Amino acid sequence: MSKGLSRRSFLRGSMAAGAAIAASTIPGVVSARDDSTQLATLLDISKCIGCEACVEACEEVNGHKYPNPQKPFPKMFPPRVPVADWTDKKDVTDRLTPYNWLYIQRAIVDVNGEETEINIPRRCMHCVNPPCVKLCPFGSAQQQDNGLSRIDPDICMGGAKCKLVCPWKIPERQTGVGMYLDVLPSLAGNGAFYKCDRCYERVAQGELPACIEVCPEDVQTIGPRDEILKEAHTLAKEMNGYIYGKEENGGTNTFYVSPVPFDKLNASVDIGPGMPHLKPVKDTMADANNIAAAMVIAPLAGVAAAAGKFYKLTRTEDVSKGGTQNDKK
Amino acid sequence: MTKNSSHASRIGQKSAKWIYGLTMFFLVLSGFGQMPLYKRYYIADIPGLKWVSDFYITHYLHYLAAIVFLGFISYKITDYLLAFRKTHLITLSGYIRGVWITGIVFSGACLVINNFTGKWFSDSFIIFLDLAHTGFVMLLFITAVYCKISKKKWIMARVG
Repeated sequence: MSKGLSRRSFLRGSMAAGAAIAASTIPGVVSARDDSTQLATLLDISKCIGCEACVEACEEVNGHKYPNPQKPFPKMFPPRVPVADWTDKKDVTDRLTPYNWLYIQRAIVDVNGEETEINIPRRCMHCVNPPCVKLCPFGSAQQQDNGLSRIDPDICMGGAKCKLVCPWKIPERQTGVGMYLDVLPSLAGNGAFYKCDRCYERVAQGELPACIEVCPEDVQTIGPRDEILKEAHTLAKEMNGYIYGKEENGGTNTFYVSPVPFDKLNASVDIGPGMPHLKPVKDTMADANNIAAAMVIAPLAGVAAAAGKFYKLTRTEDVSKGGTQNDKK
Repeated sequence: MTKNSSHASRIGQKSAKWIYGLTMFFLVLSGFGQMPLYKRYYIADIPGLKWVSDFYITHYLHYLAAIVFLGFISYKITDYLLAFRKTHLITLSGYIRGVWITGIVFSGACLVINNFTGKWFSDSFIIFLDLAHTGFVMLLFITAVYCKISKKKWIMARVG
């Protein structure tokens, strides 16, 4: 699919401007100016018409952050290390790639006896406790105070840990960019990973993320997490619908509200590389965090064990000395 | 010291060496497992070792080994202060290793805190913690190898 500046995208740009003006008057749009509050987004997917205006706006706003790899790529060792090169597939918009951080996932489902197309804008969920950030061994995936997570491609080694620990496998790799080129280009690392950063520069300036601003159907709303969650519940109640993203992975900053159960949507959408699922997700950080308390108890147990041993030893010696003295008597 | 307590002490020392060695082995195995190395370099292809490329398993194992390690070093420090301080001195190599272990424990504790929900530290401090944690481990490894070769002990008997 072409991503060039077509008449279609020009029209969408005009619609975007209109939508931006309209958005400022919509009660559901909450100001995103406070940078210390966790911000969440609400997506009413019953409204999404799948026009891809958000997808194009994302590229227009974030295109300057897309990878610009050096070629030829360093020869990888061992040879089985996969080269991920999207430079000839920059126009792909039907999945997530390093050059496409948002796409529309489509499901055909039965709604009140009618076959209906449901369109779901998919991108990073911006988890409340993001494993991609917390488990990155180089600190290149970062979380901001306002809850958004992003990957700094300049210090990313491209090891894929962020993708492997992500329950939705969101980040996408491009070989030939990033820090590994200056460290051990053949032996360690393999490019850099890219994903939605929720337009962090725009949000820092009090603007809306491009995908929200441009949407002609006002599918998305952004604001403080607690307020947005309340809105999600209200909306779900109104449409007798379902919420995805509230409990998933211990909670995310993206709430999808749908008139159709998410297991039905999950069964209908295409799932695969760059195409995330809609399944329930357990809190991936919980298992380790739950045993962390033992790290406080363990030193106390160590001290108690050594003190007990010392007490036992001195008592044994006292008894032994006492016994010897008695023998002498 | 009685014959029985001397025998118990030898068993205790042997057990301590095994606990320290095994804990270190699992800490290093799971610690390096936090970097994407084992799959790339075929370690995970060794039959029975596929799990080492699962970051969540190695992360959990690292926590478990750290719990044992913290209990062990607390035991050894208290044991020295109560039972050996009057008769034994900590050697220079013992102090050096102690500094590296303190660095590992401090940086590790900060990283454990960081893994809880919330933004605990600045991005640059997290990068520092990641590098410092690995750096202290490398320094401890080099020092430990040197001490093993040159038979340097942690403590030595006070003279006079």
